[in-house]
Parts: sequence; C-alpha cells; structure tokens
Amino acid sequence: MAKAILVDTTKCTACRACQVACKQWNQLPATVTGFGGTYENPPDFRGSYTRVLFSESVKDGEVRWNFAKTQCMHCTDAACAMVCPTGAIRKSEFGTTVIDAAKCIGCNYCIANCTFGVIYFDRALNRARKCDMCYDRMSNGKTPACAKACLTGCLQFGERSEILAKAQAAVAAAKNRGLAGAQVYGQTEVGGLGWIYVLKDAPAAYRLPAAPEPPVTARFWQALFQPARIVAGLAILFGLWSNRKHSADLAPAPEGTATGAGRAISAGK
Amino acid sequence: MTNHWVDLRNTDCALILGANAAENHPMSFKWLLRARETRGAKIISVDPRFTRTSAVSDLYAPLRPGTDIAFVGGMINYALENRLYHEEYVREYTNASYIISSAYSYEDGLFSGYDAAKRAYDKNQWAYEMDAAGIPRRDKTLSNPRCVFQLLKKHFARYDAETVSSITGCPKDKFLAVASAFGTTGAVDKAGTILYAMGTTQHTVGTQNVRAFAVLQLLLGNIGRPGGGIQAMRGESNVQGSTDAALLFHLLPGYLKVPASDMPDLATYLDKTTPKTADPDSVNYWKNTPKFTVSLLKAWFGEAATAENEFGYQWLPKVHAGRNHSHIAIFEAMYEGQIKGLILMGQNPAVGGPNANKERKALARLDWMVAVDIFETDTSVFWKGPGVDPKTIQTEVFLLPAAASTEKEGSVSNSARWMQWRYVAAPPPGEAKPDLDIIDMLYKKVKGLYAGSTDPKDQGLLSLTWDYGSHPDPHRVAKEMNGYDLVTGKLLVNFTKLMDDGATSCGNWVYSGCYTGDGNMSARRDASDPSGLGITPKWAWAWPVNRRTVYNRCSADPKGQPWDPERAPFRWDAATGAWVSFDVPDFVATVPPEKSAASPFIMRVEGVGCLFSRELNEGPFPEHYEPWETPVANGMSSQNINPAVKFWGEADNAKGDKAQYPLIGTTYRVTEHWQAGSMTRNCPWLAEAMPEMFVELSPQLAQQKGISSGETVKVVGARGEVLAKACVTSRFAPFNVEGQTCHVIGLPWHFGYNGYVTGGPDKKRSYAANQLTAHIGDANTTIPEYKVFLCDLRKVT
Repeated sequence: MAKAILVDTTKCTACRACQVACKQWNQLPATVTGFGGTYENPPDFRGSYTRVLFSESVKDGEVRWNFAKTQCMHCTDAACAMVCPTGAIRKSEFGTTVIDAAKCIGCNYCIANCTFGVIYFDRALNRARKCDMCYDRMSNGKTPACAKACLTGCLQFGERSEILAKAQAAVAAAKNRGLAGAQVYGQTEVGGLGWIYVLKDAPAAYRLPAAPEPPVTARFWQALFQPARIVAGLAILFGLWSNRKHSADLAPAPEGTATGAGRAISAGK
Repeated sequence: MTNHWVDLRNTDCALILGANAAENHPMSFKWLLRARETRGAKIISVDPRFTRTSAVSDLYAPLRPGTDIAFVGGMINYALENRLYHEEYVREYTNASYIISSAYSYEDGLFSGYDAAKRAYDKNQWAYEMDAAGIPRRDKTLSNPRCVFQLLKKHFARYDAETVSSITGCPKDKFLAVASAFGTTGAVDKAGTILYAMGTTQHTVGTQNVRAFAVLQLLLGNIGRPGGGIQAMRGESNVQGSTDAALLFHLLPGYLKVPASDMPDLATYLDKTTPKTADPDSVNYWKNTPKFTVSLLKAWFGEAATAENEFGYQWLPKVHAGRNHSHIAIFEAMYEGQIKGLILMGQNPAVGGPNANKERKALARLDWMVAVDIFETDTSVFWKGPGVDPKTIQTEVFLLPAAASTEKEGSVSNSARWMQWRYVAAPPPGEAKPDLDIIDMLYKKVKGLYAGSTDPKDQGLLSLTWDYGSHPDPHRVAKEMNGYDLVTGKLLVNFTKLMDDGATSCGNWVYSGCYTGDGNMSARRDASDPSGLGITPKWAWAWPVNRRTVYNRCSADPKGQPWDPERAPFRWDAATGAWVSFDVPDFVATVPPEKSAASPFIMRVEGVGCLFSRELNEGPFPEHYEPWETPVANGMSSQNINPAVKFWGEADNAKGDKAQYPLIGTTYRVTEHWQAGSMTRNCPWLAEAMPEMFVELSPQLAQQKGISSGETVKVVGARGEVLAKACVTSRFAPFNVEGQTCHVIGLPWHFGYNGYVTGGPDKKRSYAANQLTAHIGDANTTIPEYKVFLCDLRKVT
C-alpha cells in the first residue's frame, strides 16, 4: 500500500528536529555552514536529505514566516526514475522512490532532471543520494525518522489515503480559523506526491513550485530510450560529462551564498 | 508551573509573553496545538520580535523590551473597565475584599514607606486592617474605597490603552486585540493560561512582571483550573529540581529560608520563618515549618541531631542578614578578590554570565577554579581565552569530566514539578563520572582532612549522614529526600507525617512521598487518565504529594461545583458528602466545601490569592519602571528605574547613554542551541543548522545604517562589543515610543570562543552577546537584566 507523510505547516514550529533526526538516522555528516542572513541552513541539498525552508514575507502589513520541510517528494511520475539509465531508481512496495546504491553509476541524470532539485551527488561514494523515506525503517514496521522526531503533529506517517483525508480536514480547520488561502499540496502534483502538504497559503509563499512537472526531456528520454535499456555506453559518457559539471557539489557552499543544487526549491530567505 | 504541560491542551486561550515557547520549549506546542485543534483555543504571542512562536500563533503583538508591566497592567485595566473579571472568584478566593491600612498610598511612582537613602520600603505601611481578634477586615461588597479591589482599580486605571501603547510601542489596536481575546477567559466557564520564561524574569522588575500575571489571572478566575494558571517554563530539564533542592542562596531544600546572622538559635529561626495567623479559616500550611526544618536537620545530621543541640542548627552556616549572594553578588565579590575558590558544575559564566567581560576578569582573580562539565567550556579555558595571556593568570584550573544526562541514573524534575526517574543508557566515557559520584568523592576527601578534629565548628561536617554506599546510590539519595519514620525505620508516606521532635527525617519536605514503601514513585510509567483531562496520576510523580495542579480548590465554586462542568477535576457530591476527585486536593477535603472555600490558597497566610501583596520589595502592586539602560523617560511617573533596585560596583560596569548608544538590545535563545552552548556548539549537526552569531534588525534600521543581510557588523555597548552577521528581517519593526522611534535589535546568547563552533570565523575572538549586558538585577531575586541594554550597530569595513 502507498505510504505518505503529512506535512501540516499550520503545526510546524521549524524546530528542525526532523532535519537533525534525518542526519542522525542516515549518518550524514554535518556540512560546514555560515549564517547567510536567514535561519535556513544548510543552504542547499548537498550533503542533506531534508531541509526546512524558512520563507518570510509581508502581506497586508502583517509578517508571515512560513516553514516547510522539503526533501525528495517521492513523485508518482518520478523524473529521476524515468531517466535512470541503469534502473537503479525504482518505486518501492511503499510507493516511495528509492535508489539502489549497487546499481547507481553516478551519472547524475537524476540530479539534472529532478522536478524539485532535491537529489545530490556524493562524490566520495560516486553516487546519487536522497531521502528514501527511511526505507530501512519502513521495511521494519517503523515510522520514518523525521516523522518520529516531530513533536507537534506536523509530520504524520501513514497510508496515503488516510494522510490525504487528514490533510483535507486540516485545510478545512485552517479555513475555519480564517486562513482563507489554506490548501492541500501534493495530492495531484507530479502524479501525486508521497508527501502531502497542508499549506496556509499559496505554494509560492513557501518557495514550492506552483505547478511542478517532470522536465519534457525526461519524458522524452523515458519514451524513447529507457524501455530498450540501450544505456551503458551512452550513460557512462553522459555521466562523465555530468560529473565534471557537478564536480563542486560536495565542496562547502561559499559563505552567504545560496547555490541550491536544484532549480525548484531554491535557497534564500 | 501551577499546572503542567499536558494540561495546556485544556486551555481556551494561551498568552505567551516573555517566552518563545515554540523555539525554546517545543513540547509545549504539542499540547497548545491540541487545544487549538480540539477546543478552538487561541494562541497569542507578545514579543519584541516576530518569532517562530508568533508564526504558529493566532495573534501577534509587539512590545518594547522591558515594558511588560505596562502591557499586562493595561490588560488588568481592560478587564476591570469592561467587567470581564470573574466576580465570585475574585470576591471569595482573593484578598480583593481586604481593607488596607490608611498608611498605604501611592504617588508618582512611589508607594508609601520609601527610604530613598536605603532604596528600600518599610513594608509595614502596606498592611491589612485587623479587627480586635487580629483577623483582617473584609468588605465583600468590594465597595469600600480602602479595600484591595478599589485600590487595585485606582492603581491600574492609569494604564489606559493610549498610555500602554505609548510606553510599550505596541499599536493600540494590537494591544486591544490581545486584551480583549485574553479577557474573554474571565467568563465563568472559560480558562486561560499564561506561559512565561526568561523574557519575563530577566529584568530589574522581573518579579513584578510575574506578579502582574498573578493579578491578571486571579482577576479572570484562571488560577487552579484546568487550562488555566501561570506556567513558568524552565530553561533546563532539571532547573525545577535544582531550585527545589536549594540551588538558590537564600533557601534550604523545600523552600525553607536560609539561616541568617539575626537567627542565632533554632527557636529564633523557627519564630522568624513560620508564618502566623489568628484567622481560624486560614489553613496556613507553612505553620508546619518547624516539622519541615527539624526533619531536614535529622536527615542531614542523623543521630547527632538531638533536641539538646537544637538538632544541629548551630552547624549550619549562616548568611549575614540582608546580604545578597546571588550570581551577580558572587562575581562582584570575586572581582573584589573576596572569593578565592570556585566550583562550577555545568555552568559557563564566561558566556552565560551578565557583563561577561567583567566576569572573565573576576575568574582571573581566583586562586583556583574547578569546572565539572562534559566538554571543555569557554569558562574552563578562560585562562587562554581571547585577549588573555596565560602567563598573567595565577588561577589554578581543574577540569573534571562529567557524565552526560544519558550516562547516569537519577531523577530530573520538569517545569510541571514532575520528578521522573532516568536510567543509564550508556556508560560514561573514560574517567567521566556522574555528579553524584564527584560530590561523594569530594565530601569523603574533605571529611578525611577533618578527621579527629574536636573543634565544635567542624562537628557538623563530621556528623553529616552520608550512607549512600561505597559507590553512591541515587536511590538512597531519593529515599533520604522522601524521609523516614525514625521510630519504625520505614519510609514515610508523605510530609503530613512529619514531626518537629526528631522522630522523622526528611531531606526535602516537598519531595516527601516520592519514594515510599510502595517503591520509587518517580519511576512509574502508567499513562492511564481516568479524568480525561490528561492528569495521568500514575505517570511519574509530581510534588507536592503527586498534585498535578496546585491551588485546585479554585477549580470549583464555593459550593464545590466545577466552574466548567466539562473540565472538572473536583466535584462535591452532596448525596455522599464527599468530593469526586481526579487530582490530589490542594485543600482540606474532609470538611464541607464552604469551609475549604475560605482557604483555597493553603500556602498563603491569608488563605486567599493576593491581588495586593506585602511580599515584594518594590510595592504591593506592579508598577512600570524603565530598565536600567533606556532611551526614554518613564511615561508613568518621575521614577525612572525600579526604586528598590540595588546598584553594584561601577568598575567595569559602565552605564550606557542613549546619545552614544541609541539602540535597545535584547538577547534570546534559538531552538538549535542550548544555554551557553557548550553542549550544542560541540554537536556538528546542530552547528550546521545554526552556525554563527547573528544580530536581527529591522529593514528600516538596516537602511539607515547601510547594512545588508549576511554582512558582518559590530554591536557596541558601554561594557563591550561583539561581532555578528546581520539578519535583516521584517520580523523586527521599529517601535513608536512616546512619540519617538525606538529601534530594537536582538542577539542569541549561545556563542562564545571555545568549541566546535564559537560563533564566527575568528578563533581569537569571543562572540558572546553577554559582553554587552550589565551587572544590574531584579530588586527581589537579583536575576540579571539580560533582556534590555543600550547599544549601537556599526558596519565593519
């Protein structure tokens, strides 16, 4: 059965217990960061599976500070899986998108095509890495580390259908409290996401893409090449080229800059 | 806390003022959000800046740091003017009806009885009028012009919305929105809670800030009720426990007073510290002080404590009457060379102390210093800190490696007074030891040095009971705190069994009942909840006597019927003539409800809650005074600063002037770090999330100064300076105060100069915000005024 995690931003206090729990469970080393003018850190996904975005704005004279945990969205129409030349990226029995480390050749196609820009290249291991919604924990009947660490009920793990129902109820409650812009995000986006968001406002107010789509090139690739799996040579060539392009990926980001690995979920304020 | 964390889910409205609960007490939001989800509760955040708490609240209002009394005073006035208060509660459960002596008056910032030379009041001028039998006179119609209710109305009538807005800088409509939303909890069946922390207390008027909460909550009938009360959120997992166990200089365990030079013998001590009343209605539970005290002495000195030797009272050290030995005082004395040695256990004053530059100089004047901690701290390496030449430091420094909380067994007591037992998850590394082991080794070593002495003054040290085993056992310590019947040798059931003749021992009377013949109550983990209100009486153990909400007689009307039938921890059942109880009664449950209704605050000598109080040093009602350093004159009176505040040594403690330092600075914590940072700054994952010292400022101020976000700036004040990265944010807005624009900036105080991250790139520099704060404290507790100081911002070229 498809699993999902609710991100009810009306309950997120941006304590970032999820962000730290993720690093701890997955044993991802801390990166060296600096204060770039915002609480948001690390500034991009290089070395991290998940980041809480802090988005500040002023609307009608009132300050808004929106928080949203972001990570691999586990898209149904997963561009990364479409373009993966070796079949290392696949959909699991939980409906999540996982990378088989043994099959990953480090070609970076997935990173270049990710709809949300949340995959990073681990140069030391020569492979692509991202959130797998704690496949190891889920396979053992446990809640993913982030949701387990969440104090407020913002993150809730369960069957996707149940999570959707909870999200709809939370949106109705938020509207009742006067949050007219409250909405569900992730129900249909990119064929449906593995993370169902309850937003207080439009996705842009959280720096989430309003209408995310897999790149056309990814669909093209999937339609033409992938079924035939005529990949090895082409992939290796492309991979070498792409590695050069992403060669700075594991170096610490320069202080005060915001050079996100992805296009859609950008760093910044 | 009067109530407890889980009880927050029962509230109709939560006012978070002087705290940033979402960031610093994250678990509170689990329950507050539950209240919003299930009851439609409103969450209000009042803070100088828009915080992560404000972001999840329903209502946000700004206030200038140091103006809490003006704000809450305005709320009190609003509730009185609009008759939102809970009239029956006020009449029956508070001292609103008490008549005050004609000696009491208030004029232009001063109450009667002020002695300007001593900067102190004669509190006898703030007395109740007594009848011939020595019982306070009351007017239950609340109409007598000398009754507390009328004096209160008169005092706070001055805090109208315009005045409040002008002083606090909070726009009038925002202030009124808060006053009105929280005021609705004055309805008989509604309950509102106030959550506070160091934003309330760390002021020259810190104690009166809390008093203002008490006055408001008594007026609205919110004390003692599910979803009501005043919640002091403690900054560390065991601050509550250490306070209960006499962390503070003026207390013995269980909030007994520390003996002073004007209490030469036990009889005098007991006479001076035991409250007395002629009122037959008042329970006045502190009348049992002699039982608590003698049992404490028996716990400490065992068989050596006898009636003949005043149970060893003479062996207790005594402080000079009236002398202060709080944090600032200790460091002032150290600075003056009066203190030679210092033991720090889990403390990092080189970062966390006020006026950190002065405190580091004071450390250098010690002969020796012992730091007990899990990491090297900024304080333990002060001798090689920024700007210090180790060759010039004579202080001999020892660092004892301590076990972390997960490496030792024992209990912690949380803000809700829950004593919770913890176990060893992993053994401590290397030579690290639990604090208990370190204290045990230290005592045994010291005792050895005095062995064989016949000097009377050494007999106390030599007579101390110390039967915790060759390797000290925390269970034995807990049992000693609980107390024994010394005749039978059995553990006591609770403190109601204590005696003043030496027949019982008890190391801390408020903890009596924590470890009985039935076992370790604090280790219980049964979460069953017969009340449905989240009371869970079998989960751990709460002092006193497992009572989860104190003053809980106030949850029901004088006839014993709950104010809100949906939230009823107690209900008098007339048919059976008994209470139906889900919590431990904080009243005499064996008498009819009308009788217990006459003394719902059993720890008060009056038996009722105090809208008017003689306890505090600066007056019976809270009154707004400006902080020590302020850019404006007091808009309420010609007394600029709290008239009862003590001024400390001027050396290295210069006072800033607004001409040179026009900005108001304040300090706070962030979720990602803890206190002075020695634990969290050494954790790379947390350092990654919050790596550097920063200063938050409004876009308007940034524009004026030509500062952009992310650039390094210097914050300067009269006592020091600190570098920080600029965080230009709309979450800070300029304040319009008394017709002028006031800019406020804010800094986290976690950073320093030692550890995995220090706060900035320069390892020869200290990034401690407390280089800007001062040695000036509250008039009652001397807690430092960390939350307000004057400063300026400069670009670093």
